[in-house]
Amino acid sequence: METILDRRSMSRRDLLTGSLAFGAAFVVGPGFVAATDAAWAMEVKALKPETMATLIQMARDIYPHDHVADEYYAAAVKGYDNADQAEMIESGVAALNAAAQGKGHSSYTGAGWERDRVDLLRAMEGSSFFQMIRGGLVTGLYNQKAVWPLFGYEGESYSQGGYIDRGFDDINWI
Amino acid sequence: MAAPFDLSDDSVVVVIGTGAGGGVLANELAQKGVSVVALEAGGRYLPDDYINDEWESFGQLAWLDKRTTSGDWRVAKDFSGLPAWIVKAVGGTTTHWAGASLRFQAHEFKTKTTYGDVQGANLLDWPIDLAEMEPWYEKAEAKLGVTRTGDRVGLPGNNNFKVFEAGAKKLGYKDVHTGRMAINSADYDDRLACQQTGFCFQGCKWGAKWSAAYTDIPRGEATGNLEVREHAHVLKIEHDESGKVIGVVYADKDGNQHMQRARIVCVAGNSIESPRLLLNSASNMFPDGLANSSGQVGRNYMRHMTGSVYAVFDKPVKMWRGTTMAGIIQDESRHDPSRGFVGGYEMETLALGLPFMAAFLDPGGWGREFTTALDAYENMAGMWLVGEDMPQETNRITLNHDALDQYGLPAPNVHFDDHPNDIAMRDHAYKQGMAVYEAVGATRTFPTPPYPSTHNLGTNRMSEKARDGVVNRWGQTHDIANLFISDGSQFTTGAAENPTLTIVALAIRQADHIAGEMSKGNL
Ligand SMILES: Cc1cc2nc3c(=O)[nH]c(=O)nc-3n(C[C@H](O)[C@H](O)[C@H](O)COP(=O)(O)OP(=O)(O)OC[C@H]3O[C@@H](n4cnc5c(N)ncnc54)[C@H](O)[C@@H]3O)c2cc1C
Ligand code: SF4
Repeated sequence: METILDRRSMSRRDLLTGSLAFGAAFVVGPGFVAATDAAWAMEVKALKPETMATLIQMARDIYPHDHVADEYYAAAVKGYDNADQAEMIESGVAALNAAAQGKGHSSYTGAGWERDRVDLLRAMEGSSFFQMIRGGLVTGLYNQKAVWPLFGYEGESYSQGGYIDRGFDDINWI
Repeated sequence: MAAPFDLSDDSVVVVIGTGAGGGVLANELAQKGVSVVALEAGGRYLPDDYINDEWESFGQLAWLDKRTTSGDWRVAKDFSGLPAWIVKAVGGTTTHWAGASLRFQAHEFKTKTTYGDVQGANLLDWPIDLAEMEPWYEKAEAKLGVTRTGDRVGLPGNNNFKVFEAGAKKLGYKDVHTGRMAINSADYDDRLACQQTGFCFQGCKWGAKWSAAYTDIPRGEATGNLEVREHAHVLKIEHDESGKVIGVVYADKDGNQHMQRARIVCVAGNSIESPRLLLNSASNMFPDGLANSSGQVGRNYMRHMTGSVYAVFDKPVKMWRGTTMAGIIQDESRHDPSRGFVGGYEMETLALGLPFMAAFLDPGGWGREFTTALDAYENMAGMWLVGEDMPQETNRITLNHDALDQYGLPAPNVHFDDHPNDIAMRDHAYKQGMAVYEAVGATRTFPTPPYPSTHNLGTNRMSEKARDGVVNRWGQTHDIANLFISDGSQFTTGAAENPTLTIVALAIRQADHIAGEMSKGNL
């Protein structure tokens, strides 16, 4: 997957030294966000790594699919890591963290229950920042070909001759 | 083969747009020996080019020029820059269409008479009736190879249909089958039988579904009488001091402008671009736009009452496998005001792939209510609801002088408010659609809001009297004898049925009329 650093150039130990636990699922270090089990890692250039980790969590909270791993959410928001959008993203995430602190959490990702994070998102639902992130995810997440099989969707079928001999009418319970 | 005509050749018929209306008209005229230049804003894509991928295909084919929206319809909020889902390509929206091909019912040509006065609705009887249209419908069905017409058999039912059919029967519906589809159930007219690929909306890579792109267009070109100029975007229709049209100005691929002379101009750019072009062609002589003495150009915009119902079951359906829309319940298409609305609606199977389902199931929705629905995507079945909507004068295409397109011309604004009759019908249809699935054990159902308009109708409507509409019974404008409208914008009212068969039947009939009048020297 494109978003993921080449694991050969970054060992699990490299990843975990010098990095900090961030929320339950991530560690962040200089210029990267990674899974706590180092299953994947992503290089971050224009944004603070903490900001990217927050975006990934936010993406999951907007479109939570428990059977879809974080790396797909990371891929869906990776595009925001660019100089043009960095300021806007940083300020959107800062506002989200401020709202979280106003509710007694250390930060957005510091809120342990999805319900509490979703309440924070609901409160900012009308903002252009939220709508941009949500709107982008509709294609960013669901148009990843790698995600389709996780939902059973089979995608392209022409090259396989369609479904005429592959179960277009194979339903057996109706 | 394909005839090249000179820009200054004023003996040609110019057809603007090459979709269901324009593509068929151009070929039918060419078959009769009439010289035709068809100008098409889009490029040419053939089955090899079509892409089995929803968003990629959309990017390849969709009309994405600047458009704006207003009104209380939900599309204006969810898809403010994309009021309609229409194709910009040779063959027009017949590349995307699903192929459902139904004749109007007799009373649907006479709604003013049948429905009476409906407050706020600008109802009008068509100046033609079903009896007159029947032979043209027959020709259209043969051209499109419509299943369950002539001796063509129906398509086999796919998984989505089987769930739909079982629910319909449990509910007591009688008129349930795999549809009258312009999709081959057996090889027909040099085109293959359907291979159940499931990407009918993305262009049929087998050519099993009829599209003007690979039937009428090349056949017309093969006569030597038709030249199709692609990437030719018409900006304006010109007229002389007598008020007759003399040609059109178009921009080519590089943005260079040309004037093509014409003996007759036929406008078939679909119901947003066609009135827009007439309005953008305003002149000193016609300050309100061409053919607009009635003030009806752009008005009475109809998009059908639509909505979808998706349902989740406890077992897999895999609705995306096979034809997108081969399944219909027709019991609700009758006119029966005891249901609380005039007119009727059809229920048709519909499947979307995961990417489009995410975009259209509940636009703007998020959180677990939304995602648990998609988690069950594999267990989902779906149907589309399509019924007659009321023409309203205030639902209209206007020029938005604050929004310019790539040529600096005012973009069309599409204004639409639901009529109370549309809302009552939609509520009824949602209820019945959900009941169909609940009858076979759905664990959850979703009354899904309308998508950007796929059926766009009525904005240059046909009328007996010049003061009530834009064109007469032949699609000829009341005001300008050599200016015709040849697409769905002619529709006086929308009927419950998907419109394309009627657009095609009208185009075949219009070609016959134009060729006849030309040879009599009347045009
Ligand atoms: C996803 C989808 C599914 C559908 N399924 C069905 C179905 O099952 N049954 C049914 O009956 N209908 C269906 N439809 C609707 C059907 O496609 C349309 O009713 C039909 O194609 C309209 O024909 P038309 O000639 O009015 O316009 P179109 O087919 O849209 O053709 C208009 C053409 O004009 C061109 N054009 C526009 N403006 C200009 C200009 N200024 N200069 C040059 N060219 C121009 C456009 O690029 C386009 O190629 C579906 C539509 C969609 C989008
Ligand atoms: S399902 Fe049939 S008609 Fe539709 S795209 Fe596939 S082959 Fe063509």
